[in-house]
Parts: sequence; structure tokens; C-alpha cells
Amino acid sequence: MNEDQKMQEPSESLDMTDSAPTNTPDGTDAPKMTARNVDVFYGEKQAIKNLSIDVSMDNVTAFIGPSGCGKSTFLRCMNRMNDTIPIARVTGEIRLEGDDIYAPQMDVVQLRARVGMVFQKPNPFPKSIYDNIAYGPRIHGLSTSKDELDHIVESSLQRAGLWGEVKDRLQDSGTALSGGQQQRLCIARAVAVDPEVILMDEPCSALDPIATAKIEELIDELRGKYAIVIVTHNMQQAARVSQKTAFFHLGTLVEYGDTTDIFTNPREEKTRDYITGRYG
Amino acid sequence: MANSGTEHTVKAFDSDINQLRGMVAEIGGRSEQAISKAMRALENSDLELAAEVVREDKLIDDLEKRIDELTFQTIALRAPMADDLRELIATFKISGVVERIGDYAKNIAKRVPIVTQTSRLTPISLLPSMSKIASELVRDALDAFARRDAELAMEVNRRDQIVDDFYNSIFRAVITHMIENPKDIGEAAHLLFIAKNLERIGDHATNVAEMVYFAATGEPMPERTRGENPATPLDDALSDEAD
Ligand SMILES: Nc1ncnc2c1ncn2[C@@H]1O[C@H](COP(=O)(O)OP(=O)(O)OP(=O)(O)O)[C@@H](O)[C@H]1O
Ligand SMILES: [Mg+2]
Repeated sequence: MNEDQKMQEPSESLDMTDSAPTNTPDGTDAPKMTARNVDVFYGEKQAIKNLSIDVSMDNVTAFIGPSGCGKSTFLRCMNRMNDTIPIARVTGEIRLEGDDIYAPQMDVVQLRARVGMVFQKPNPFPKSIYDNIAYGPRIHGLSTSKDELDHIVESSLQRAGLWGEVKDRLQDSGTALSGGQQQRLCIARAVAVDPEVILMDEPCSALDPIATAKIEELIDELRGKYAIVIVTHNMQQAARVSQKTAFFHLGTLVEYGDTTDIFTNPREEKTRDYITGRYG
Repeated sequence: MANSGTEHTVKAFDSDINQLRGMVAEIGGRSEQAISKAMRALENSDLELAAEVVREDKLIDDLEKRIDELTFQTIALRAPMADDLRELIATFKISGVVERIGDYAKNIAKRVPIVTQTSRLTPISLLPSMSKIASELVRDALDAFARRDAELAMEVNRRDQIVDDFYNSIFRAVITHMIENPKDIGEAAHLLFIAKNLERIGDHATNVAEMVYFAATGEPMPERTRGENPATPLDDALSDEAD
């Protein structure tokens, strides 16, 4: 397909092949995760094509792009969630703090603690609020005493902005919370294991504007403490919460840059068409 | 050029944008006309035509308000991005600047009854050529907006120097005339104000051009090397802001 070919041409504005990308012009913001030449196949079908990108601690990175362009697929590569899909095959290199996450010696359970994930639909365990948070630290052996665990539960809920709302009902079931609260519980659960990176796949798409605003505020507060990557279909949300934006199209990274630039003056016509609502 | 002309998925958005473009063209046309009518009234001491310019300034003011309203509305309802956002911001600012240009034309028209005898003063002979260039700048700046033409916008910016040069010549000639003919000081001052109004029109055309350049390219226009300016206290005092 003609369009397909066009998208595969390396864009001038992106020089992200084998050399270090220019995510860090001033050198102060070293990348937390680096992906180089990543391809993902589902059986015969290629969903991600030669994608390279860096994500850093200091910035929230937003992945945007039309449905089916590979945002979730690539996000799942970043903590090896694609391992659970039998037909998925990932090639290329993804490193977390320099560690090759696809190396044979990489402990996947450990990896998913370091790189947490929050999904579109809030998915608390059918357990108490307390146990939802305590579960991760327990299995990862992060706490040795009840006091320590209590402290982790409280501080994680604090960080997720949920403590005030649930501190008197920690033994209630997590599933009894509202959708927005459940999503913040899931963020608290991700935070509890002291991750380095938090991946969020459309975390607000099931939430009302107020619950959404709370999550956005939370993301802003968590920024700098964790490297955060958020997939969103809401352009305004990407503009509000992220400092870096990556535009995906047909499995390729078309444009990656400062969010302000992407939304005020994108370099690529494809990006422009998408964010201004001229797509398709 | 920033706009490839592809249509938005939401057609009503295109219709808002097109309506705004039409209104900007109209306010531009009206202010251009106001300048030429005011200058014709001045040359022919045509008090009726001068009064018409003052009356018609209301239309420009109203148009500015309607442009601002629709721009606000479009920004609020459509949440525009990228070149759409830049265009709307430019539209908003341009309407304000063009309204000011109309005010300067009105200001010139208001002086017509007072300066009916200024024709004796030689520097007045320079005013028609000066006003011709100033209104060309207004026209070209708005054409540049209609065509998203960053090149033409730069060109307007450069040509404003000619208007400034005219002003500087007139300024010197009028001051010389005042010194030699103290009894003419009152009339000569009005003449100087008119020249200053035209000079400001040129500046405002330049402001429009800068916004056009930004809307089209997403970059600020490179600074023009500023020409010589009579930055005397006297000239500063003449910065007769239109009301
Ligand atoms: N488990 C799977 N098995 C086979 N193909 C898949 C699988 N998951 C995704 N794909 C395909 O890979 C491509 C990318 O899908 P992906 O879910 O990553 O897109 P996306 O950008 O997240 O889309 P959306 O915005 O709709 O969530 C699509 O063509 C999709 O059909
Ligand atoms: Mg997805």
C-alpha cells in the first residue's frame, strides 16, 4: 500500500536508528528505558516496525495515534506483557537502566515490579483494599513486618491520592470502590512495589471528567518519581499530562518530541492531520 | 505552507474556520477602504466623506466583536490543535490590530475639518504616496493571511521601512516649516499627527504580517533590522494613540 510505504520511510526529524536519540539535548535527563529497532509480529502480521525511543524519569511520555497503530503492543513490550500472547514475537532491544529486559537471565516477575502497568479497565483483585496494595510488597518480599506493610499501604494510597477516601475502610473489598477510585487503587498497587517505570494504557477512558482530572493530577505528582508512559486517545489529555509525545501510525513512530511542539507545531503532516482531526 | 487544505472529519469545524476567514477578509477590506476614503477626504477637503469614515468605523468595531466571539467559541468547542490553533489565535489578534488600523483612519478623517487649509504646507504633498504604501501593506498583510503566505508576510515587514522613511522625511520637513513659519505651528502639528497615524498603520500591518508568519510556519518572524527612527522626545509625544 502506498501509504504504508510512505510511513516506513525514515522521517527527517527523527534520527533514532542506532545512535543515541536526541531525547536529552542538555544531557541532564538520562533515559530510564531505551528501545532500539523493535519489531513486533503477531504471527505473520507485523504490528511494530523498527521502533526506537527513549523514555525518561523527568517527563511523562504520551503515546498517541489512531486505533490499531500499535500503542498497546509497544507498551506491552516494555514490561514483557507480550510474553503472555503465544503468537507475539518481539525482536530488537529494550533496556531498563541499561539492563536488556529480553535477556535470558532477566526475571520477568522482577521486571514487572520494576515496570508496573495500569490498564484501561480498573482491575482490582477481589480482595480488601489493604490486600490489593499489600499483595505486591508481600510477594516481592519488600516488607518484613506488619508495621512496615501498614506503612507501605498508607504511603502508596497517599501517593495515589486515595488515602483520605479509604483510610477508614481498608478492609472493604477493592471492587466496591467507584471506577475512579478503583483506578487510583490500581495506581497505588503499582506504586507499592516501588517501581521505576509506570505504564498506563488509556487509564482514564472509563472514568468521568472529575475522576479523570484526579488521575491527571496524580500523574503530575508522580512525575519525576517514576518514568511514566501513558497511552491515550484523548488529545487534550496527552497535551495536559505529558511533556513528551510520541505519535504512532501503522506500527511506526512518526514523530517524537516535546508535547508543546507536537501540539502547536508538528513537523510531520501525518501528525498534524491526526491531532487536528483531519485523519481518515 | 502550513495548511494542506485537507478537510476536518468534523465538517462544522471547517465551516467555522471558513466563516472566520471571510470575516477577517471583510474587516481588512473595510479598514483599507477607511484609509483611502480618509485620505481622499483630506485631499479634497470633503467633510461629508470624512464624516462617513467616522460613521463606518462602527462597522469595523462590530465586526471585530463578532470575529472575537466566533473565535472564542471555536476554540472552546473544537479544542483546535497545531495549525488550526495557530490560525485561530492569529485571527483573534489580527481582528484587534485591524480594528486599530480603522481607528487610525478615523483619526485622520476627524482632522479633515481642522486642516482644510494645510494644503499650503509643502510637506503635505508627501502624504498621498505615504498613505498609498501604508494601505498596500494592510492589503498585502491580509492577503498573506488568506493565502497562508509567509513570504508575502516577510515582504510586508520589509516594506514597512518605506513608510517609516516617509514619516522621517515628513517629520523633518514639518519641523523645519514650523521653525520658519511659527504662525503655522497649529496646522503643521495636525499634519504631523496624520503622518504619525499613517506610520502607525504601517506598524500595525507589520504586526498582522508577523501573526500571519507565525500562523503559517509555527515560528516567530525573524527580526527585521530596524531602520533609523526619530526617537526624539517630541516624536514620542506624537505617538497619538487612536481612540
Ligand atoms: N493479541 C493479538 N493478536 C493478534 N493481533 C493483535 C493482538 N493484539 C493486537 N493485535 C494487532 O496489532 C495491531 C496493533 O494493535 P494494538 O492493540 O497495539 O493497537 P493500539 O494502538 O493500542 O490500538 P487502540 O488504540 O485501539 O487500543 C492491530 O492491528 C491489532 O489488530
Ligand atoms: Mg490499545
